[in-house]
Amino acid sequence: MSDITKQSLSELVKNIKGKKLSSSEVTKAFVERSEKSKELNAYITEDYANALNKAKKFDEKPNLDLKLPGIPMAVKDLFCTRDLRTTAGSKILNNFVPTYESTVTQNIWNEGAILMGKLNCDEFAMGSSNETSFFGNVQNPIDKNLVPGGSSGGSSSAVAAQLTPITIGTDTGGSIRQPASFTGTVGLKPTYGSCSRYGIVAFASSLDQAGPMAQNVKDCALLQEVISSYDEKDSTSIDFKRNEYSKELTKDIKGKKIGIPKEYRVDGMPKEIEDLWKKGIEFAKDCGAEIIDISLPHTNYALPTYYIVAPAEASSNLARYDGVKYGFRAEGENLIDMYEKTRSEGFGAEVQRRIMIGTYVLSSGYYDAYYLKAQKVRKLIKNDFDDAYKKVDAILTPSTPSSAFKIGEKTNDPVSMYLNDIFTVPVNLAGLPGISIPAGHDTKGYPLGLQIIGKAFDEQNILNIAYAMEEKINFKNNITDWWIK
Amino acid sequence: MSKNKSEYLINRHDNQYEVVIGLEVHAQVTSESKLFSTSATKFGAEPNTQVSLVDAAFPGMLPVINEYCVKQAIKTGIGLKAKINKRSVFDRKNYFYADLPQGYQISQFKDPIVGEGKVILDMPDGQKEVGIERLHLEQDAGKSIHDLDPKNTFVDLNRSGVALMEIVSKPDLRSPDEVNAYIKKLRSIMRYLGTCDGNMQEGSLRADVNVSVRKKGAKEFGTRCEIKNVNSIKFMQMAIEYEANRQVDLIEDGQTIDQETRLFDTKKNETRSMRSKEDAHDYRYFPDPDLLPLEISDDFIENLKSEIPELPDEKKKRFIEKFKLSTYEANILVSDIETSNYFENVIKKSDVKLATNWIIGELFAALNEKNLEITESPISAGNLSKLINLIKDGTISGKIAKTVFEQMMEGDKDPKKIVEEKGLKQESDPKALEALIDKVIDDNRDKATEYKSGKVKLFGFFVGQVMKVSGGKANPQLVNEILKKKL
Repeated sequence: MSDITKQSLSELVKNIKGKKLSSSEVTKAFVERSEKSKELNAYITEDYANALNKAKKFDEKPNLDLKLPGIPMAVKDLFCTRDLRTTAGSKILNNFVPTYESTVTQNIWNEGAILMGKLNCDEFAMGSSNETSFFGNVQNPIDKNLVPGGSSGGSSSAVAAQLTPITIGTDTGGSIRQPASFTGTVGLKPTYGSCSRYGIVAFASSLDQAGPMAQNVKDCALLQEVISSYDEKDSTSIDFKRNEYSKELTKDIKGKKIGIPKEYRVDGMPKEIEDLWKKGIEFAKDCGAEIIDISLPHTNYALPTYYIVAPAEASSNLARYDGVKYGFRAEGENLIDMYEKTRSEGFGAEVQRRIMIGTYVLSSGYYDAYYLKAQKVRKLIKNDFDDAYKKVDAILTPSTPSSAFKIGEKTNDPVSMYLNDIFTVPVNLAGLPGISIPAGHDTKGYPLGLQIIGKAFDEQNILNIAYAMEEKINFKNNITDWWIK
Repeated sequence: MSKNKSEYLINRHDNQYEVVIGLEVHAQVTSESKLFSTSATKFGAEPNTQVSLVDAAFPGMLPVINEYCVKQAIKTGIGLKAKINKRSVFDRKNYFYADLPQGYQISQFKDPIVGEGKVILDMPDGQKEVGIERLHLEQDAGKSIHDLDPKNTFVDLNRSGVALMEIVSKPDLRSPDEVNAYIKKLRSIMRYLGTCDGNMQEGSLRADVNVSVRKKGAKEFGTRCEIKNVNSIKFMQMAIEYEANRQVDLIEDGQTIDQETRLFDTKKNETRSMRSKEDAHDYRYFPDPDLLPLEISDDFIENLKSEIPELPDEKKKRFIEKFKLSTYEANILVSDIETSNYFENVIKKSDVKLATNWIIGELFAALNEKNLEITESPISAGNLSKLINLIKDGTISGKIAKTVFEQMMEGDKDPKKIVEEKGLKQESDPKALEALIDKVIDDNRDKATEYKSGKVKLFGFFVGQVMKVSGGKANPQLVNEILKKKL
């Protein structure tokens, strides 16, 4: 089979289980394609030789009852992987090799998958374009010099370019959904507490969630059922009944009530986004859903709230990178000097900016005006959703206010970069699940995504809606392999 | 304010100053593992051998609350007659230091686990109540070691993450003696509860001492200074005396006191400024997003209440009422749980009055001399009770008992065996005693005549002679009776 890498996860699993393909064949195909795709810069660390060995071992004694039998995959470099370098896209962790495994990746290996390498991302997941990575920017396979989104930019690029059949990212303010939208792929941010945060390099603890990224909704559902688990090692993990999402997946969404929030019609939104949204509403109706206009009145405050809460937590979470215990250290005259040099040289500009914002909003005299107020607004935003869900089962919005932008286009304008997260951050603030599915192209031919937001723990419902709409939309990603010479 | 004898005042010229003291005691929670990780907490382990990935703040590591430590804090709160808060919050206290791996300490700032309570002190002139402001749980930091290398600092993270209770008193203390009594009482309560071993040498109990002074009778508090991390009662008392006098001198000199953090130099016996209020850290406290608020049910608290043993105040009351001990005796016997346990074991099978005297007198003196704790006593409670019974039933005299006691201190021997082996049994056979007494009278005919002619003081001489001849074994009571007849 020459077109192994064009197969979806579900097809690969079926072929391995049916013994039509071996894990070695599949792994070799993805490794070879990954090797030919260095120009995308999707990987930070490659682990191909080990992956091929593991595939061989799997084939010697294949356990075909597993959910991901011998499936190779690369993961975002924010997940700690035992004995394989984990950088979080930062110089400060350039040489950090964990002795432990994150719960989410462990769940994946437990189901038979094989690690191929670690994927590029914005430094400490802070960014919307993958341009803040110490390891360089990532190309969007859609078009040269186009950002793949961020922070899970290496992940979205790798899935869209078929360097890995599936992957996982993390989403603090849109870091799965926005890159999925920019690359014509599917990305799910689960309910806060669904996936363990143990072993994931922290950005903003109250917002961070790991989630699946794939080429279609079904693959996404399967990966979600693998990675989601209750974990006592994460005090914010929630013990709720988790579905077998892929098995219970259905296109029957007849009578589902889908809300359209008027506040998401933001000023200056391009017409093609507005058109996409209208198209999405029609598709949802075609699937038998009922469309209801709703209001989420505090939406306007979501972005400023997010840019207080997230940097505040980050400023504290990143204090441990001080050159004392592990990671990069710059020598100094004394302890303070060593701290200053280590952190000035070890962190990039965007990370430093957010540490400073976070430190500022937590400072005495400013705490009440910023952090405390932001927490109150966060509660109001959550209340908005709670009220809305009294009337509807899910909410449909665009994923992003624009399609992918050019590399370098927004690097000197942090606020315009932050505005990219305008439709995704409210979901994180409210701790809800949200999925982005590809729904069309703009005039330049770049993909655009729609976001379906669900009730807490109701991943199944938004996966079902996405699954039904996916069929109607019938999106085709236009990947030309331009980077393969 | 009462004019009691123990009032501690500083006199300068015509002014009298009162000292106001509040303590922030850091008490290490007795627990096998740390507050947010499963690492061991044993004292004196090789450096960095009790450190988990969580304690060393590796990327992606998360704290998980140790329920046992929560129970210990609540029990302590109950022991302090304090309000237990059913909802408390862990906050991050952010600052950089080499022995603080996370770059923040997890503590409780706005919503501590335990609220207001009280401690009763027994002072020479009566009881005094000291208010407790709050008790909260927090992590200890690691240890920086600066003297092992001329250029480098070494860090030992064994303590990093160990659970501490910070117990904050109200500014109710007025003298170094009260501070002494307060720390001892607090330690006693926690040792009764088994929530803190109170071992100050091992750093299990240390305190930040807040000191201010004001003219006697003034209503407003003076500006306070905080003396950081003092690790013995003696040093606390010395630091308070120095600091109070320093502040009085400043006031008398017309100067003002700066609110600041000071440290106590134990070698020079002085406090020195560490940092002023302006230089104080901005800790940027905020709720730790890795931990949910701690919610405790009424049942949880009630269950813990049922586990609380009889505490010193209640025990003292019982000792006085049931055993008719004096306040002084009861205070001594309940001061720590091991002593009171020892006492209660001794009196299970022997006379209370004798037991009290022997424990407070002979035993304490002997242990003190050998620098031993009651738990290390060479004489078990059972054997002391046997000794007391030997006295009580007249087998040996009180004097002989002291000899037996000394031998028992050399190793926990059964007093009955010592008495038998050494032939120390008291001679209570009237016939044998009569023979002995006849001989003594015969040998001292002249004195017997003098006695008969009215020199009754000589009676004591005869008793002494009989005791001497008997090798101290003669039953003194019988000797008295027989002598009276014979003379």
